[in-house]
Amino acid sequence: MHLFRFIIHRVLHAIPILIGVSIVTFYLINQSPGNYLSSMKLDPRLSDEFIIQEEKRLGLDKPWHLSYLYWIRGVIWGDNAAWTAPWKKGGCLNFGYSFAHNKPVFDVLGDRACNTLLIAFCAMLFAWLVAIPLGIIAGAKQYSAMDKIASSVSFLGLSVPDVFLALLAIYFAKVTGWFPAGGLIDIRNWDEMSGFQRMCDRIHHLVLPTFVLGSAMTATLMRHMRGQILDVLRSDFIRTARAKGLDQRIVLFRHAIRNAINPLITILGYNISGLLSGAFLVEVVMSLPGLGRTTIQAFFEKDLFLVTGSVLLATFMLVVGNLIADILLAISDPRITFQKTEE
Amino acid sequence: MNPSITKSGHLRSPFRIFIGRMIHNRIAITGGLILFILYTLALFGSFIAPYEPKAPRTGTPHHPPAKIHFVDTKGNFHIRPFIYKTELKDVRRRTYIEDRNTRYPIRFFVRGESYFLWWIFECETHLFGISHGISEKTNEPVMTNEINPTPSIYLLGSDGLGRDIFSRLLSGAKISLSIGLIGILITMTLGLLIGGISGYFGGVTDTLLMRFVELMMSIPGLYLILALRTALSESNPTLSFVFGLEDGEPLHPGHIYVLIVVILGLVGWGGTARVIRGMVIALRKLDYISAARSLGASDLRIITRHLLPNTMTYVIIAATLSIPGYILGEVALSFLNVGINEPHASWGNMLQEAHKSLSFVKYPWLLAPGFLIFITVFAFNFLGDGIRDALDPKHLE
Repeated sequence: MHLFRFIIHRVLHAIPILIGVSIVTFYLINQSPGNYLSSMKLDPRLSDEFIIQEEKRLGLDKPWHLSYLYWIRGVIWGDNAAWTAPWKKGGCLNFGYSFAHNKPVFDVLGDRACNTLLIAFCAMLFAWLVAIPLGIIAGAKQYSAMDKIASSVSFLGLSVPDVFLALLAIYFAKVTGWFPAGGLIDIRNWDEMSGFQRMCDRIHHLVLPTFVLGSAMTATLMRHMRGQILDVLRSDFIRTARAKGLDQRIVLFRHAIRNAINPLITILGYNISGLLSGAFLVEVVMSLPGLGRTTIQAFFEKDLFLVTGSVLLATFMLVVGNLIADILLAISDPRITFQKTEE
Repeated sequence: MNPSITKSGHLRSPFRIFIGRMIHNRIAITGGLILFILYTLALFGSFIAPYEPKAPRTGTPHHPPAKIHFVDTKGNFHIRPFIYKTELKDVRRRTYIEDRNTRYPIRFFVRGESYFLWWIFECETHLFGISHGISEKTNEPVMTNEINPTPSIYLLGSDGLGRDIFSRLLSGAKISLSIGLIGILITMTLGLLIGGISGYFGGVTDTLLMRFVELMMSIPGLYLILALRTALSESNPTLSFVFGLEDGEPLHPGHIYVLIVVILGLVGWGGTARVIRGMVIALRKLDYISAARSLGASDLRIITRHLLPNTMTYVIIAATLSIPGYILGEVALSFLNVGINEPHASWGNMLQEAHKSLSFVKYPWLLAPGFLIFITVFAFNFLGDGIRDALDPKHLE
């Protein structure tokens, strides 16, 4: 029950943050000179009346706080401002209309966000599957050859910039031809593929982005896991377990690992934020159709609502990521309760 | 033996203990040494660089890294390494053929294009370069003139406009390496001040400041950087006013540099402020703070002279470990097309140039800035880890 109340508390806490983020984004975009129609104004073929008419239709003639109020009304009640017809169709949670894509923001961001999440999820899975066993081995056999190799590689992995690794991955893909160098699906042959082929194609495209995005995380996780195992193995209860005459494997797997893994779950939350920022650039470099590329394009086109929507979505994923990490921690560690404590 | 007592029985200062531990820490020394070399290279960049980094050079697009020879066509070994002149045979495929009739030894302190060292001293001498050739047949000097110009030495190859990558790397090092230092200075100053104020005063100030920090920290970093950079772009009236520009006048490269540093510095201070606040809250209840207060010290004095110095260990470690973030931030901005503009070089925009139309696949030497970024980040991580070990009071001798 405490957990439930904790979740409610956190969700309520997130609402003012999301509102604040949307105000900041709205303000910053409106601070930048020009708007979506600026480039059209330079086009001599378009008449001034048309521009003014368009400005009115898109709601760009209003000061930023007014258009923000209209927008937030649309988010809450669905019917987003009276000045554009297509918005009236939207139900609740209408995040506005993308000027450039001529589609509601929700539709534009939907599949892009799915792609980003897919890449991030694969990277995370990869990192955990590789880092945890390696970290355990390195920690349990400190100063062994395996430990030294794993530790040095993880130090390298920690220092390689995402962008550079992505460039190297593209180079590798182009030179060997083993992997596609960009995109998430083979667009040319997509329609002719059977379901199974499509799945294989997706996996084939995901290998390199997963590796690029997951490597830095693998390095961090491994170092933490190793440190945790070392710490736990020195503690009293492990000595007791050994003194009881328990098998080494049981000591390691049942006593040490269970206690060592808890702090790593907190890292999971940070990972999600790192992944979102990291994925942003990797998407640009490896030309993956994710949130990052759409957002950059939206920023440069001054596609106000799309920018706000995508920043909000990214923030939302971050908040949810942290929440998930907290909940996982609560489930895995029975000592943690969510009662309010005095500071 | 107690490390804080010397052989003669005197107490060692904390600084001496720190230095002693650092010297014995091989990892930290390695990192520090690499960084020292990199920053020295950046400082004397225009002297070390053989050529001007910005001007396009005709006739040598995508020249591969120079083949440095020691043995000539007759099989004689020379201690002074030399190169052969190359000629562009196929412009489309960028194939170069060596002309083995004349060898061009690499010489030190060669006169070349004039440049300004540290924007003040006009010089013509470069650390190394090519002056004249020696004929392979007669072993006599071959004078170069307009018909037979001196070949250029491209240690790390040239880019699409024929510019020397090595020279551009050195020029870019000034930007990329200084961004980290100045950026962290802004971040840490803001973080310390706001964290200190928030923790010391508490109450409404604390709540307001911390809510603001929370807001900033909940936007993923790159989105915030991008939003700030969009807001503070060309022909923003406030910005033009700050930089003293006429209406519609474009930003100068220097302005863009300042802008990037300030934006990167402004984004990161939230986390520092939060940690500092926590430390200050723990410290402010201690007796020596009450003593300072009863002696009539002002709030600002207590914060800056009594509270913040106690957080220095954390600040130094955090600063060293987060400098790479700024270097990578510059790279990110370049990849989003809002970084340092061409023709000025930074490691980020050189990588971005290489990424354009994937030219680095054919000409892999274009990836050189990536390796340099990697080495820099690596060195900072090494140094930061070493300092952490040396400063940690729980450190086991």
